[in-house]
Amino acid sequence: MDRPLRLIPTDPLDKLTRTLEALLVVASSPLSSDDLAAAADDDPQRVEDALRLVSERFAEGRSGIVLEHVAGGWAFRAAREEATACARLFERPAQRNLSQAALETLAIVAYLGPCSRPDIARIRGVAADSAVANLLERGLIAEAGRDTGAGGAVRYRTTPLFERVFGLESLSELPRLDDVGADAAEIRERLNTVAEKRSA
Amino acid sequence: MIVRELELDLDAFEGPFDLLLALVLKEELDLRDVDLAGIVTAFLERLAEREELDLDACGEFLVLIAALLELKARALFPDEAAELAELDPEEAAEELARRLAEYRRAKEAAGWLRERLATEGDRYFRVGPAPLAPKVEIPLAPQDPGGLAGVLRLLAEEPPEVSLSHMALRFPPVSQFLDRFRALLRRRSRFDFDAEVVEMTRLEQASAFLAVLELRRAGELTIEQAAPFAPIRVSRLEPAAQENTDQEERTAAWTVRSA
Repeated sequence: MDRPLRLIPTDPLDKLTRTLEALLVVASSPLSSDDLAAAADDDPQRVEDALRLVSERFAEGRSGIVLEHVAGGWAFRAAREEATACARLFERPAQRNLSQAALETLAIVAYLGPCSRPDIARIRGVAADSAVANLLERGLIAEAGRDTGAGGAVRYRTTPLFERVFGLESLSELPRLDDVGADAAEIRERLNTVAEKRSA
Repeated sequence: MIVRELELDLDAFEGPFDLLLALVLKEELDLRDVDLAGIVTAFLERLAEREELDLDACGEFLVLIAALLELKARALFPDEAAELAELDPEEAAEELARRLAEYRRAKEAAGWLRERLATEGDRYFRVGPAPLAPKVEIPLAPQDPGGLAGVLRLLAEEPPEVSLSHMALRFPPVSQFLDRFRALLRRRSRFDFDAEVVEMTRLEQASAFLAVLELRRAGELTIEQAAPFAPIRVSRLEPAAQENTDQEERTAAWTVRSA
């Protein structure tokens, strides 16, 4: 082992890294540095330093367990190299067979969320009920309040699981979609052609 | 085959297809009342009568029926219709283009997600419920043991017994009063109904009254009442040529019903 940490047992960070490892191995969802600092009962800055040490130790190519910064927190996962072995034993119901409708709905919720079923239906042009139900069941989206006003529709947002499944540190990591101005002009052109034909 | 001349026989309309279209366009016929499936069926029947498939007619029909379906769908969603009607054609086209562009963007984003899943999807991690230890302990408000004991004592008290008397509601058999009034009328030629029943319960009074009505129907007595709520006078009537069997049957029926 090339860890100097191991050679200097009096280094107080050594104790903290062990505590963080323990917390992370028990957790089933990402833990924020604040969560970790509170649970370890230690200084947030020291926790950040210790996390850096833990992620060096648990890095791709170095360990079967990898510490990743995902969904706004820290979590252990399997090394990507070991995915094949994992796949022989484990199922991933959250992302298996996502239909086109589900992916479009997920994209709308991820980019525009929180948004309601009517919002989604307006963009996709078809009812979003079954796609939304499907994504809820998978745990990729969750309810997030209601539209304002009486009888407001339930709104949805993506969950931390969504960010984990897609390997995103946060939603801001979603790519900016190219400006579709040209597309809009083209679509308008097509509509005008149809309209002229009809009135002729 | 000419689609416009297709004869229709619907609940809301009877006549050629082009007349239906004209009426709908002039808004003299509400499309919401028209069974569009009926039109399709009529067309298919006409189509089946012919040996060859008339593709021109099919195409024309498809265009027309699709337009009707769209109109009907809009009519069924008045809010959406109003929303679109407020826009002039230019704005409506703009709005449509905007929506289509928005959808295209959503589709692109979906494509990105799919690709991401393909390239980055080899991450396995623990999922499942994460039962976190409760962070905040809500302290109980200070309680007085004596007060608690008082409340518990209230709960321990035997609740008042619920009366079930109404569940045992039974009409006394009418037959009992038939016999009684017959016996009475053998002794006296007339009696005052109210005086006879004054000491009975309301249910017994009701049965007694039914008995009097029954006897009157059998022709055994007559009933008189000077005015509503005045005393009811019952007088004996000499038995005429009566079919006794009939009477007994009816008596049996009453008995059964009142049991």
